[in-house]
Amino acid sequence: MVGILTLTTFAPLIGVAAILLLKAFAKPEQAESVKRNSRWIALATTIATLALSILLVANFDSKEPGFQFVEHLPWFAGADYRMGVDGISVLFVLLTAFLMPLCIAASWKSIDDRVAEYFIAFLLLETLMIGVFCALDLILFYIFFEGGLIPMFLIIGIWGGKNRVYAAYKFFLYTLLGSILMLGAILVMAATAHTTSIPELMAYKFAPQLQTWLWLAFFASFAVKMPMWPVHTWLPDAHVEAPTAGSVILAGIMLKMGGYGFLRFSLPMFPNASVMFTPLIFAMSVIAIVYTSLVAFRQTDIKKLIAYSSVAHMGFVTMGIFSGNVIGVQGAVFQMISHGIISGALFLCVGVVYDRMHTREIAFYGGLVTRMPWYAATFMLFTMGNVGLPGTSGFVGEILTMTGAYGATWGSGTWTALFAATGVILSAVYALTLYRRVIFGQIVNPKLAAITDMDVREVAIFIPLIVGALVLGVYPHFVLGVTEASVTRLVDTWRLAAGG
Amino acid sequence: MTLPFELQISSPELIVGVGALVLLLVGAFRGDKGAGLVSVLAGLVLIAAGAPAAVGPLGAAFHGGFVEDQASVYAKVAIYLMSAVAVVLGNGWLARLKSGKFEYPVLILLAALGMGMMVSAGDLISLYVGVELQSLALYVLAAFRRDDAKSSEAGLKYFVLGALSSGLLLYGASLIYGFAGSTRFPDIAHAVAATPSTGVIFGIVFLICGLAFKVSAAPFHMWTPDVYEGAPTPVVAFIAAAPKLAAMVLFARAMVLGFPDAIEQWRQVIVAVAGISMAVGAFAGLAQKNLKRLLAYSSILNIGYALMALSAGAPGGVQAMLVFMVLYMIDVTGVFACLTALSRNGKPMESFADMAGLSKENPAMAMALTVFSFSLMGIPPFSGFWAKFFAFKAALAAGEWQIAVFGLVTSVVAAFYYLRLVKTMWFDPAPGQVDRTPWDAKAIGLAAALFSFPVVMPFLALLDPWARAAAQAFGFV
Repeated sequence: MVGILTLTTFAPLIGVAAILLLKAFAKPEQAESVKRNSRWIALATTIATLALSILLVANFDSKEPGFQFVEHLPWFAGADYRMGVDGISVLFVLLTAFLMPLCIAASWKSIDDRVAEYFIAFLLLETLMIGVFCALDLILFYIFFEGGLIPMFLIIGIWGGKNRVYAAYKFFLYTLLGSILMLGAILVMAATAHTTSIPELMAYKFAPQLQTWLWLAFFASFAVKMPMWPVHTWLPDAHVEAPTAGSVILAGIMLKMGGYGFLRFSLPMFPNASVMFTPLIFAMSVIAIVYTSLVAFRQTDIKKLIAYSSVAHMGFVTMGIFSGNVIGVQGAVFQMISHGIISGALFLCVGVVYDRMHTREIAFYGGLVTRMPWYAATFMLFTMGNVGLPGTSGFVGEILTMTGAYGATWGSGTWTALFAATGVILSAVYALTLYRRVIFGQIVNPKLAAITDMDVREVAIFIPLIVGALVLGVYPHFVLGVTEASVTRLVDTWRLAAGG
Repeated sequence: MTLPFELQISSPELIVGVGALVLLLVGAFRGDKGAGLVSVLAGLVLIAAGAPAAVGPLGAAFHGGFVEDQASVYAKVAIYLMSAVAVVLGNGWLARLKSGKFEYPVLILLAALGMGMMVSAGDLISLYVGVELQSLALYVLAAFRRDDAKSSEAGLKYFVLGALSSGLLLYGASLIYGFAGSTRFPDIAHAVAATPSTGVIFGIVFLICGLAFKVSAAPFHMWTPDVYEGAPTPVVAFIAAAPKLAAMVLFARAMVLGFPDAIEQWRQVIVAVAGISMAVGAFAGLAQKNLKRLLAYSSILNIGYALMALSAGAPGGVQAMLVFMVLYMIDVTGVFACLTALSRNGKPMESFADMAGLSKENPAMAMALTVFSFSLMGIPPFSGFWAKFFAFKAALAAGEWQIAVFGLVTSVVAAFYYLRLVKTMWFDPAPGQVDRTPWDAKAIGLAAALFSFPVVMPFLALLDPWARAAAQAFGFV
């Protein structure tokens, strides 16, 4: 039976088909109109998908901890088509659908080469990303998870910056090596448990010895995707070279697949191994928070700085996930959603000046506040969100994950929380320094003399993000209320299985 | 009137064999003017042979020398289809060269006959006869452009090394016969215990070496890059696909049916060959500049995966191998069809540099080649992913995690060279216009790409149970 999840997941493909038809039947002299119409088709499709996902969340019963809107079609002995969402995944569907129209709008003018192909790649990517969060079958999950590499590789490689080929290779091969080990683990699980259904596998008890190996294989994939220190080095390259919208999607959604994977697979399916490796995760999270914050401080490229800050913020997420209590996991999910909005917005902020000046060197800028007051205010808000100022969504995620880590069920939570807290200070150091150098002071670079403030399109892109960051900062229950039931059950079963 | 049972069983081969001889006569009378007609008729013969293979009775004929079971039906249908594709592809190519030759389709038919024998071989004699018939036809096809030095070189190399491998094969077969007392696989299986005598082990190793030559597994792969590079592209499309399937099915028959108790003995050899093939295919491929050579190394790599699946034994391993080979075969035919279709200023595009900017020059072909690249890389949702999925699942289910992990890692190494092709087509600027693509090769390339995705998704629901049934009834007739 086809339900709303299938519709939401595959709705972007309608746009792909429309753009393909448009391109196939257009005459060479109609190239301009093909470009224009592709943009509108992509925007309309993503907005329709957003509407579907809002409908999905509106019909979602947040008191029910299990999977909802479940669809099941038999396929073949290896895998079935199973879809469903619970409190943890449903908001990621919404986040994806929410960021997509903004990405399309952000690429409106900056992409002028192979426009139709660009939007096809983005729409395909949307389908694959939504699919990752809806799939309830291991194989189906893997298809969506791995398939997303293809459009992202092309987006970085075709529409990226100077060093795009290197970055695209690095992104692809790093991620592939991680996820191919996960594929091995998936096949072992299918052979051992004789099923690939995620709900059934959650109830299946793997032998502790096997759990260790399976956990490590999944960890290889999710740690690269997150990315955790020390396998984060692909991220700065990919972010710097990708077009603005590509960076938004990378930071906003693709990084979250790693955290989502930990929550969906590692914790419920390998509870004993998860406990065993908690100290490792804590250590890596703390190093990520402190070390990459320091690295971020030394960057000369705005995008690279934000990329490193993403790695640091993902450290909070992994710390929260493995805290072993409801507050920590709730905080991790919240931090992921919040980071999706804030880091996406920050990359869009970089895009605004990059579109005008075509450089991301921090030293190039300075004194933008005199010419671009609206831009300065917007950038300020998201910088504060990135720092974790109370009142923005960034604060809620950080405080919850740290509280969770402090009371961690396994591992030395006190020390972890203590070191993580220094990360909050460090993030203020690098983020405020960046802000000061780019925005404040006098304009010394003569090229900046004629720079203009944001136009209507750009303002329209930022308004939803501003609303999101503030509303979630003031009233986090919008997220926490939806996730609570599922997270509670997840943590309870984990503790029960691991004897915590 | 009903045919004797033996003739009913072997009717596909009889149709192909008689068809080949009749078409030879037609060609002899009409000359090269009749090349088009002979090609059409050859296609019809292959379809006519496929029908009795698909619906005909199952059983063993000629005292067990010729076996028609689910697996041979499965393989034959695929082989005849691929041979028909090769006829279409090669005929169009010859016509464009203005050198239509009626021998081409006839040789394809003879090769198809040999392959039919191979997949139905029930004893060592028909094994050898099938392999030789197929090989001899392929040697001639590889050297088909006799005025071209590279093509002649390819044919000669193929022939000399192929003769060597046939010698090894024959030597192994004679040792096995000497120590087991029979040439029929079931009798050999009866005579050979779990720990066979040294003579039998020698025989098995020689047999594996000979067959490894035929499937181009390392370290018996030396001929592959040269033959792929030198032989005409449509011929490579044929050599790279159907004969590999036939040889793999034959491999499975000889091992699984001939030595079921000695599995621990031959498994180690096959795992070793699979591992070496993966390493050679992945690492040597990195250094290639010519696409046809690159695809040769890619085929060595993929045969490594097929052998890994086979080493899991029956029925899981055989099933995985059958699915793997068919999915791989379609991908590789598609790649070579695209290479056949593409040329720039009349010169075939065979190197990485030639492919630069293809996505702007010919988006459809670039799209198809991109699909094949990702498919051969094993990225979902393309068919290559499913091929690997079955192969690795079988190996892991049999507990062979070492070779499986090694295979997964080599697939990441190999991903680099496939990505390079994608990168060249999409990220690099185009040096100039490409020629108009001929419709036949283009259609085959695009159809194979469409098969890779999305046709494969529903098709798997059909292929998987078929291969399972074939593997479960393997050798039981």
